[in-house]
Amino acid sequence: MAEPRPRRLSAPYEGVRAYCLVVGMWVRSTMAYRTSFVMMALGNFVVTALDFAAILIMFSHIDTLGGFTLAEVAFLYGTTSTSFGLADLVLGNMDRLGRRVRDGTLDTLLVRPAPVLAQVAADRFALRRLGRISQGALLLVWSLVRLDIAWTPVKVLLVPVMLVSGALIFGAVFVAGAAFQFRANDASEVQNAFTYGGTTMLQYPPTVFATDLVRGVTFVIPLAFVNWLPALRILGRENPLGLPGWVDFASPAVALACCALAGLAWRSGLRGYRSTGS
Amino acid sequence: MRLYAAVAVSGFRRYATYRAATAAGVFTNTVFGFIVAYTFKALWSERPHLGGYDQAQALTFVWVSQSLLAVGALMGGGFQEEFQERVRSGDIAVDLYRPADLQLWWLASDLGRAAFQLLGRGVVPLAVGALAFELALPASPLTWLAFLLSVFLGTVVGFGVRYLAGLCAFWLLDGTGVNVLCGLLGVFLTGMLLPLNVFPGALGEIARALPWSAMLQVPVDVVLGRHHGAGLVRALGFQAAWAAVLLLAGRAVQAVAARKVVVQGG
Amino acid sequence: MDDFIELDGVEKVFEVRRRTGFLRRTRTEVRAVDGISFRVARGEMVGYIGPNGAGKSTTIKMLTGILVPSGGRLRVAGIDPSRERTRLARRIGVVFGQRTTLWWDLPLRDSYGLVRRMYRIPDARYRANLDRCVELLDLGALLDVPVRQLSLGQRMRGDIAAALLHDPEVLYLDEPTIGLDVVSKAKVREFLRDVNAERGTTVLLTTHDLTDIEQLCKRVMVIDHGRLVHDGALDGLHAIGESERMLVVDLERELPPIDGILGARTVKVEGPRQWLAFAATRSAAPVVAAVAERYPLVDLSVREPDIEEVIARMYAGRASL
Repeated sequence: MAEPRPRRLSAPYEGVRAYCLVVGMWVRSTMAYRTSFVMMALGNFVVTALDFAAILIMFSHIDTLGGFTLAEVAFLYGTTSTSFGLADLVLGNMDRLGRRVRDGTLDTLLVRPAPVLAQVAADRFALRRLGRISQGALLLVWSLVRLDIAWTPVKVLLVPVMLVSGALIFGAVFVAGAAFQFRANDASEVQNAFTYGGTTMLQYPPTVFATDLVRGVTFVIPLAFVNWLPALRILGRENPLGLPGWVDFASPAVALACCALAGLAWRSGLRGYRSTGS
Repeated sequence: MRLYAAVAVSGFRRYATYRAATAAGVFTNTVFGFIVAYTFKALWSERPHLGGYDQAQALTFVWVSQSLLAVGALMGGGFQEEFQERVRSGDIAVDLYRPADLQLWWLASDLGRAAFQLLGRGVVPLAVGALAFELALPASPLTWLAFLLSVFLGTVVGFGVRYLAGLCAFWLLDGTGVNVLCGLLGVFLTGMLLPLNVFPGALGEIARALPWSAMLQVPVDVVLGRHHGAGLVRALGFQAAWAAVLLLAGRAVQAVAARKVVVQGG
Repeated sequence: MDDFIELDGVEKVFEVRRRTGFLRRTRTEVRAVDGISFRVARGEMVGYIGPNGAGKSTTIKMLTGILVPSGGRLRVAGIDPSRERTRLARRIGVVFGQRTTLWWDLPLRDSYGLVRRMYRIPDARYRANLDRCVELLDLGALLDVPVRQLSLGQRMRGDIAAALLHDPEVLYLDEPTIGLDVVSKAKVREFLRDVNAERGTTVLLTTHDLTDIEQLCKRVMVIDHGRLVHDGALDGLHAIGESERMLVVDLERELPPIDGILGARTVKVEGPRQWLAFAATRSAAPVVAAVAERYPLVDLSVREPDIEEVIARMYAGRASL
C-alpha cells in the first residue's frame, strides 16, 4: 500500500521544525519542576543584573572609564548582552555535546530523521535565558534615553542590524565550539573564553584594552563586529585601530562569513565523529 | 580518618584524569584574567588606591581570583551536580547506609578535587599574570603558608554552602535553579566581579561579613599581606567560624533529609 | 529472494592513540569489524551475537548510518546508510538497550507525540499503531506516568513501542532484554514475535541472553574479533550443544551432594544450596521432577548458559592456533 510520502523539504526548514519540536518538549519538561523554574528565571535575571551592578559600583567611584561615560558603557553592555543573550537562548546548550559524545547518547539523535545540529542546539533548551536578553534590552533602552546621540537614518538602522549580526557571530562561536568538542569532548570550557569572555570584554570600551588584544578580536576572532565597531560609529567615537569607516558597517558580512565557517567546522566535526566513533 | 584520606586522594586522582578539561579551564581562566585585568587597570588609573589597593594589588586580586575560581568551585563544577543527581535517582539512599559519614565523605572528596585544581588550574594563570603584569606577590614563604591555610579554610566554607545547596535537591528534585543562584552569589558576593572592599557603604559592610567573603576576599587579602599578627588570626578565625557554622547547619539539614528518604523508602 | 540488508566485505578500522610516555603517544589500528559479508531478507528475524567488543555495536552503528564504514559495501533497503542517514532514519527503528530515547520528566504519551510529529506519521496510522503497541506491551496504565517513575522493564517496553510507531521496515535492537525481570522479558519476546509475523518487520537483535535467540530467531550470526564465525541455524552452533545449563536448588537442610539424577551432575555444594549441571539441549523439567521426587526442595532456579561463555568455549581452541 502506498502511503502518501511527505514531500522532501529543504534541510533548513527541517532543521528549524525539528528544533521547535524538541524545544517544545524541553519547555514542558521544565514546567514539571515549577519551583525550580521560577528560581532559575529569577536567578538568571538577577545574575545578569548583578553583572551590571559591578559596573555601577565602579562608576560610583569614577566619572569615566577609558574615556567613556556610564551611559556609553551601558550602551555597549546592552548591545552585547542582547546579542549574546539571543545566541545563548537559541544555542546555549551546545556545550553539552561533549557529554553526549562521551556517554554515547549522541547516537540516539543520529538515528532520527532530523538534522543533528538542530537536535543538539535544542538540547536542554532553557527559557530562563530570557533573563539575560531582557536585562540587556532594558539597559540598551535606558542608555538610549540617557545618551545624546545625533541620530541619522543610517544610525537608527545600524542598531537592529548590529544586534542581529552580533547574535549571529556569537551563534557561530557556539557552533564552532561544539564542533571542537567532537575532537576534545571534555574541553567544553574553551568556548566559554570566547562566549562569556567575549561578551564581558565587549561590555567595556575598547580603549581600556591593550591594542594587540583589540586587534585580536577584530582580525582573528571577529568579536569586535558584534558591537564595538558599529557602536563606536553610533556614539560618534574614534575607531581605536584607525580602520576605514566602511568597516563599521561590515558586521552583517562578517556574521555571514562566521556562520559559514562554523557550518564547515560542524560538518567536519560530525564527519570525524562518524568515521572514528570516538 | 584513613578512609577519608583515601576518599580525598581518589577525588584528586579523578580530576587529574580530565586533562583536556584542565587545559581548557586554564585557557579560559587566563583569557578572563586578561580581560578583567585591563578593566581594573583602567579603573585604578582613574582612581589610584581605590578600596585601599594600589594598581599592582588590584591586578594581583584579578589573577589570584582566576586561580582560585576552580579551587572554590565558585561558579559551580564541584560535587554539587553529582550529589543532586544521586538524590534525583535515589542512589543517595545507598550512600546513607554506608559506614561512612555522608557529609565528611563528600567533604574529603571535594578537598581532594580542590587540591588538584589548586595545582592544575591555579598555578598557570597566576604565572601568566605575573609575567604579563606587575603583581604584588609576597616574598615571604610564611605569607604563602598563611595563604594556603586561608585557601583551605575558604574551600571548606565553600563546601559548606554548596552542601546546603545540594541538600535542597531532596525537596526540589531538580537542582538547576539552586545552582544558578549559587553561581550568582559565588560570583558577586565573593568579590569575583569586583573586590568587596570597593563595595560602597552598608552593602560593603554586609558583603564582607557574609561567608562568601571567606572564600575569596580573605585569601587574597592574606596573600597581599594586608593581615598581620592578630589581624591575620582574626581573618583566619572568621573563616574557621563560618566553616564550623555551615558544616553544622549542613548536618542538621542532612538529618532532616535522611528522615525524609527513610520515610519515602528511598 | 528480497535482500533487504546487504553487506559485502564491510570493515571498520579505528585508530587508537595511547599515551605511552609523558608526551609520547603511539597509534594502533583496531579492526573492530574485519570484512563481514551477509544478507538478510525482508521479514527475517536474526540474532547477532558475540562477546563484548566483538564488533556487534559497530556493525549496528554502520547499518543505521551513525558510523561510516572504512571499507566494503553496505546497503539497507537499497540505501547507503552513511550517505543518506536521515532519509533511511524514517524507515528504520532502533532500540539501544541502555539508552532510553524517552523524555525523563514527561508522561510516556508525550514522547510518542514527539515521534509522531518528527516522523510525520499520519494521524490514523499513529493511533492504530499506538493502540496495538499499548495492547500488546500492556502500556495502557503507563501512558500518563512520567518516565522517571517507570521501572526498567516498563521503560524498555515504552522504548520499543517508540521505535515502532512509524512502521519501520527494519528494527534493530541492542540488548533489548538486559536487566529485565522474567515477566517483562517474556512480554518483550512475545511482542517482537507478533510484530515480525504481523507486519513482516525485519528484526536484527543483539543479546547476551541465549533464550532470546532460542525463542525468537531461526537464524543466528556469531561475530568474534570483527569476523563472522557462524551464520545459520541455532542448532548449527555446536558449542551450544556442548554447553550446560545450571539448576540451582535450595534444599531444606544441608545434605550430601545430590546423586543419581540422570544426565545431571552436582558441581557445587554450599550449605543447603546445590548446583547441578546438565546439557543445554535437554529440557529442565525431568531433572527438576527427579530432584523434587527424592529431595526436600525449598526453591529452585535454572540459569541459562551465557553467550559469552558459549562463544569463548567455541573459539578457545581457535585463538591458540
